[in-house]
Amino acid sequence: MSNMLDIVLLGVNHKTAPIALRECLTISKNETSAALKAFQDLGSIREVMLFSTCNRVEVLMVAEDKSNAVDTAKSFLSHLKQLPVSEFEKSLYIHEGDDAVRHVFRVAASLDSMVVGEPQILGQIKEAYQMATHTKTSGVLLNKLLHRTFFVAKRVRTETGIGDRAVSISYAAVKLGRKIFGSFEGKKVLLIGAGEMAELAVEHLIRNRVGDILIANRTFESGVDMAKKFNGQAIRFDEIRDALEQVDIIISSTGSPDYVVTRDHVKGMIRRRRNRPLFFIDIAVPRDIDPEINRLSNSYVYDIDDLKGIIDENIQDRNKEAIKGERIIDEAVISFRHWYDNLNVMPTIVELRKKIEDIASGELKRTQQTLRHLSADDLKAINRMTDAMVNKILHDPTLLLKSNGRYQDKSVYLDVVRKLFKLDES
Amino acid sequence: MEPLFLLVIIFYLLSTIGYLLYLFFQKDYLQKTGFYLMAAGFLCHTAKIGYGFFRTGQFPVANFHETLSLAGWAIAGVFLLFQYKYGLKILGVFAAPLITFVVVVAARLPNVPEATGSLLSNVWLVAHVIAIFIGEAALALACGAGLLYLLQENAIKSKHRGFFFKRLPSLELLDSSGYACIVTGFTMLTFGLITGLIYAKSVWGRFWSWDPKEVWSGITWLLYAALLHQRLTVGWRGRRAAIMAIIGFAVVLFTFLGVNFLLKGHHGQFTQM
Repeated sequence: MSNMLDIVLLGVNHKTAPIALRECLTISKNETSAALKAFQDLGSIREVMLFSTCNRVEVLMVAEDKSNAVDTAKSFLSHLKQLPVSEFEKSLYIHEGDDAVRHVFRVAASLDSMVVGEPQILGQIKEAYQMATHTKTSGVLLNKLLHRTFFVAKRVRTETGIGDRAVSISYAAVKLGRKIFGSFEGKKVLLIGAGEMAELAVEHLIRNRVGDILIANRTFESGVDMAKKFNGQAIRFDEIRDALEQVDIIISSTGSPDYVVTRDHVKGMIRRRRNRPLFFIDIAVPRDIDPEINRLSNSYVYDIDDLKGIIDENIQDRNKEAIKGERIIDEAVISFRHWYDNLNVMPTIVELRKKIEDIASGELKRTQQTLRHLSADDLKAINRMTDAMVNKILHDPTLLLKSNGRYQDKSVYLDVVRKLFKLDES
Repeated sequence: MEPLFLLVIIFYLLSTIGYLLYLFFQKDYLQKTGFYLMAAGFLCHTAKIGYGFFRTGQFPVANFHETLSLAGWAIAGVFLLFQYKYGLKILGVFAAPLITFVVVVAARLPNVPEATGSLLSNVWLVAHVIAIFIGEAALALACGAGLLYLLQENAIKSKHRGFFFKRLPSLELLDSSGYACIVTGFTMLTFGLITGLIYAKSVWGRFWSWDPKEVWSGITWLLYAALLHQRLTVGWRGRRAAIMAIIGFAVVLFTFLGVNFLLKGHHGQFTQM
């Protein structure tokens, strides 16, 4: 190993490539392991990992020759996805060394995500890494890098508030409900109408162990279908008013041009409900729930704009927390660099010693040929002296290279030593 | 000031700081520290009151200093108990400063032993005083829970969440804790009034003498009785219950202090300075 190994990463993500292009480059799970093997057979790349989600496709490599590795990866992707290199070359980003390490850390910590702080990404990276270990395309460097990555991502998550706040409408609604009810256990939900966001909110509530679920739909049949899906009970649209007596959370998402629930409906129920709180989540536009209901006691109405307001606030908070995350990552990059440098120190020391010893033994041989009158004892003494000189010459440089942490950037010294003694030319 | 009482104040003060830091930084260890400091303060306070009791042989409500000190002690005790049982951590933000304020005021007042004779060694009287103090302490906490409820409800209703929204617990928890405080407070108050009546009968030969303190105590009791009645019959809860808890405590404060300073009556000695 005469050359230092380099970490190289190339890929596209939601910032650099439109969805159409990302779709073309996506490597499915079934493809990954075959692709990894094919990559390995190319030889010039020592270690490799492929990472593909709906927002990014990335190739993480360890190679001796950076530019060669990048070219190999490009043509490989082009070949695998039957797409000319020119089609995606402009959208590619390429990171090397520390930048590549930082990029991997940032992706895993969800700082590079479309929604900063979203938690799925770490699991996806873990899966990709498992794939690489199964196909044995990960080695010393990637193993270390990925273990560091998992550690850093976890640290960012626990030490900053990056994942604390809800950033989806349905989740924000559920969190808000928790501030009203404390726990959802035994609380009854009424879903009026249908729609992705409304159903997502119901799913969130079910996960939070909510009680019975009632479903009201204009067409009773689709209500019944939906009720099956959520294991709930369908009611007729004109039963909504009476249902207000027993339910606690109302999620509404209909196409109705008028209010489905009016202030008078609720006002009449307050006493019969014995003042138990009512929480309306109105996802419909135009609105289904009369906003005046919010003025009634123990009744709370949040419409889609209110919920969006929460999300915007939360995204701002997350971005603030992301700055703290970047600091943690900067630290981690430096510490990885230290480890990486040490990995390169030993081969350099060995090579340096070999070079000096070669010079010494070569010169010794030549000298012996001209000084034939020397006795065996004399020769031994001269040999010992040469060895001692080699050792003394190498002592200080070796110490310097081995010194742990005393010199900030060890790679500079390594670089100088390798250039000074021409270690990289064979 | 006695060194022991100084220690009490220092503990309460540190506890207050702990709870305020908890309000801002939301770290659980801060709240726990506040709790344990409060408990330490309470133990010292108990020792101080116990010592006073054994030294003089009478229940320590002979002057305003002792009365306030006992009030602070009662609030601390009831708070610790509620915190332990219901875990409404944020209530410390209200209770700790209140307790500290009460004992600091007590410390500023002269502690002149008053010769009250055997007045304060009657068993009915001791029961009366203890029950009333515990009851009023619980009602003070109910007022705190009510204030926090109003803050949180306002944050949710107005949709401008802000500082308190994420720091305060759910409306449900605030409401039910406030209710638990009122039930406790009302029960103790009732017990305190009954023992007071019995004592009055044994000393003055009649249960009720239309003394201003008696009248206001009756008003206070009726107020809380009405609040509980409404809750049990039509489920009065939330905002209205919270406001009532605050008004109720204002009346308690008036009965406790206002009557003594503004009106005259046979409880005057407790606030003597």
